[in-house]
Amino acid sequence: MTRVYVPADSGALAVGAEEVAAAIGAEARERGANIEIIRNGSRGLYWLEPLVEVETARGRVGYGAIDPSKVAGLFNAGFLTGGGHGDCLGLVEELPYLKRQTRLAFARCGRTDPLSVEAYRAEGGMRGLARALQLGAKATIAEVSSSGLRGRGGAGFPTGVKWSTVAAANADRKYVVCNADEGDSGTYADRMLLEGDPFALIEGMAIAGFAVGASHGYVYIRSEYPHAFATFRNALDKARGAGWLGPDAFGPGKGFDLEARLGAGAYICGEETSLLESLEGKRGQVRPKPPLPALKGLFGKPTVINNLLSFASVPWILAQGAKAYAGFGTGRSRGTQPFQLAGDVKYGGLVELAFGVTIRQLIEDFGGGTRSGRPVRAVQVGGPLGAYFPQSLLDTPLDYEAMLAAKGMLGHGGVVVFNDAVDLARQARFAFEFCAKESCGKCTPCRIGSTRGVETLDKIIAGRNVADNIALTRDLCETLTDGSLCALGGLTPLPVLSALDFFPEDFATAPRLAAAE
Amino acid sequence: MTGKAPWDAGEARAMIAARSAEPGAMLPILHDLQQTFGYIDDAAVPLIAEALNLSKAETLGVISFYHDFRRAPVDGAVLKLCRAESCQAAGCEDLVAHLASHGVELDAQDGGPLRAESIYCLGHCALSPAALIDGRPVARLDERKIDAILAAAKSRPQ
Ligand SMILES: Cc1cc2nc3c(=O)[nH]c(=O)nc-3n(C[C@H](O)[C@H](O)[C@H](O)COP(=O)(O)O)c2cc1C
Ligand code: SF4
Repeated sequence: MTRVYVPADSGALAVGAEEVAAAIGAEARERGANIEIIRNGSRGLYWLEPLVEVETARGRVGYGAIDPSKVAGLFNAGFLTGGGHGDCLGLVEELPYLKRQTRLAFARCGRTDPLSVEAYRAEGGMRGLARALQLGAKATIAEVSSSGLRGRGGAGFPTGVKWSTVAAANADRKYVVCNADEGDSGTYADRMLLEGDPFALIEGMAIAGFAVGASHGYVYIRSEYPHAFATFRNALDKARGAGWLGPDAFGPGKGFDLEARLGAGAYICGEETSLLESLEGKRGQVRPKPPLPALKGLFGKPTVINNLLSFASVPWILAQGAKAYAGFGTGRSRGTQPFQLAGDVKYGGLVELAFGVTIRQLIEDFGGGTRSGRPVRAVQVGGPLGAYFPQSLLDTPLDYEAMLAAKGMLGHGGVVVFNDAVDLARQARFAFEFCAKESCGKCTPCRIGSTRGVETLDKIIAGRNVADNIALTRDLCETLTDGSLCALGGLTPLPVLSALDFFPEDFATAPRLAAAE
Repeated sequence: MTGKAPWDAGEARAMIAARSAEPGAMLPILHDLQQTFGYIDDAAVPLIAEALNLSKAETLGVISFYHDFRRAPVDGAVLKLCRAESCQAAGCEDLVAHLASHGVELDAQDGGPLRAESIYCLGHCALSPAALIDGRPVARLDERKIDAILAAAKSRPQ
C-alpha cells in the first residue's frame, strides 16, 4: 500500500485539489495500484498547489502543481515509487522554502491527516497538555510567561500576563475564547491551521483552560472560512471521541469542552470585545475598556481571549520548554511568527520564522519577487490597518518594536506585495472606505470621519485643491487617532499616512493622473 | 433558487426552538435559518424575538448589523469576489470591470443568473484573486475563469 497525500486545504481546493484526488483514485483503480489517499492540510507552498506527495523509502516526494490532466503521466513516470517527472520536486522537506523555515506552530501542518487522532499523537501532539497537567496550573502560566509569547492577533500583549489575570480572578465560571476571525487581508495562517492541524488549537486552548480554571471555551471562526469551520467541527468530534475534550479531559471529573461558532461577515468582530458581544448574540459593537475581558468578558465572566496562533504556539512551548521557545527571536519579540506572503508575489505562502527577518528577505528570498514580473513598489504589512512600505524601508525587521518604530505594525504577520501599477492615493482611499464600511458606529470620527476621508481622497484624486485636501486628510487622521475607541478608527491613519509620506508623487495633481489613465 | 427550501414558519419555529436554550443563540439561529431557506424571512423576526426574549427591533438590529444575513431570497448563483488588498494587488478590480462588461455589476440589488458580491478576504491571499462560487472556493482567478463561472451560471436551470 502506497500512501499518496492530496491536500484538502481550501486553498488547494480552490485550484483543483478535489479533482486531482478523484483523478488519482480513478487512475489507481484502473491500473490496479494499491494506494491510500490521505487528505492532508497544506504545507503552505501555495504556488505548488495542488501539491501531491508520495511516501517512499527515501521520504515524501512531491509533485506540483498538479492538475487532473497530468495524473496519467504521473502514473506512467512511476510516481508511486518517487519516479522522475517534469513536476517532480524531490523530497518535499528538502525544498529550501521549507527547509529554511523554523516551523514550531506549523510543525505538523501539511504532514498529517488533520482529523487523525493517531497521527496527531504520533507527531508529538498532546505532550504539551500532558506536561501542563503534570506541572500544575501556576507553573504552566509561569512557563508561558517566561517563553516571552506575545499575542499574535495584533496588539502583542504578553500572553502569560493575560492568563495570570484570569487565573487570579474569582468567579463561578470562566471562559477561554479563540479569536479565529482573521479579518486582515493577506493573512491565512489561522485558516491553514484550522484546516491542517486543528488539534493543535484544541490542545492549546485546553492548556489555557486548565491554567486559568475554565471548563468551557468558544472558537469564533469567520464565515468567510466555511471549509475551516466544517473541518474544525469535525476535529471537535474526534477530540471528544479521544477523550481530549469532554467531562474527563483533565482527569476524572475535570471536564473541558469547546464549541465552534461562526461569525457573520463583520470585520470589527475580530476586535476582542466586539467578538464577545457577537458570541453573546448581539450587534458586534466595541465595549469600552475597562473592564478588561480578563475580568469581565464573555457573559460577564473572566475570559481568556487570544488569537488562534497564540493558543497554537502553547503546546510546543509546554512540550519543549519555555527556554527553547525564547531562544528564537530578537529583543522583546520571542519565538517564531508565521508570516504570510500575499498579493503580487511569485512564491506566495506561509513562512514561519523567528522574529527579526526583514521585509526584503521575506519577499525576495522566499517570495521570489512579483508573479507579474513587474517591480515591487509597495508592501503592506499587518492587514488593512497596517502601513505601506516603500522600497527604501524594506530592510525594516519584522518584529513588534521595529514595526512600531517605522510607524507601522506587525499585526497578524500578513505581507502584501504591490507592483508598480499600484496607486497609493487609491489605496489610502480604500483604507477610509473600509473603515467606513466596517465601523461599528460607536465613535463619530470613525463613523463619519472615514466617509469624509473617502470624499477628500476623491477630490485629491480628481486634482481639486490638492494641497488643502492633503492637509485636511492629515487633520482627519489626527481626529481618528485621538477620538477612536478601538484600533479600527485609531489605526486607519497608518495606511493613509504611510501612503502620503512615502508615496507623495501619487497625490500630485490631476494632469499626471489623467495622463496615466 | 439555489437548492434552498421555501420559507416554512413551522420548520423555522422548530429550528429556533432547537437552539434557543444555548447561550448566545442568536447567530447560530440566524445561520441555521439562512442555511435552510437562503435568507432570513421577515416572518422569522418575531419568532426569534419571542424565543430569545428580545424585542423585534433588537432582533432586526442584530440581523442588519452583520453583512452576511440576507433579507430576501436570491435566484441564481452567488459569486463572492474578494476585493481586499491582496486581491487588489493581484488585479481583482480588472475582474470587477470584466464582470461589468458582461452586465454583472458587483453588489447590485437586482438579480440575474449570477449575483456578484464584494467580500473582504477569504484567506486565499497566496492565490489571489480569490472568490467563493456558491460557497465553493476558487482562486488564481482570471477573465477566462470568470467567463466559465458566468457560462455555468447562465446554463443552469433556474
Ligand atoms: C478592528 C480590529 C480587528 C481585529 N481583528 C482581529 C482578528 O481578526 N484576529 C485576532 O486574533 N485579533 C484581532 N484583533 C485584535 C483583538 O482585539 C485582540 O487584541 C486579540 O484577539 C487578542 O489576542 P492575542 O493577545 O492572542 O493577540 C483586532 C483588533 C481590532 C481593533
Ligand atoms: S473606532 Fe470605529 S469600530 Fe472602533 S469602537 Fe469606534 S466606531 Fe467602533
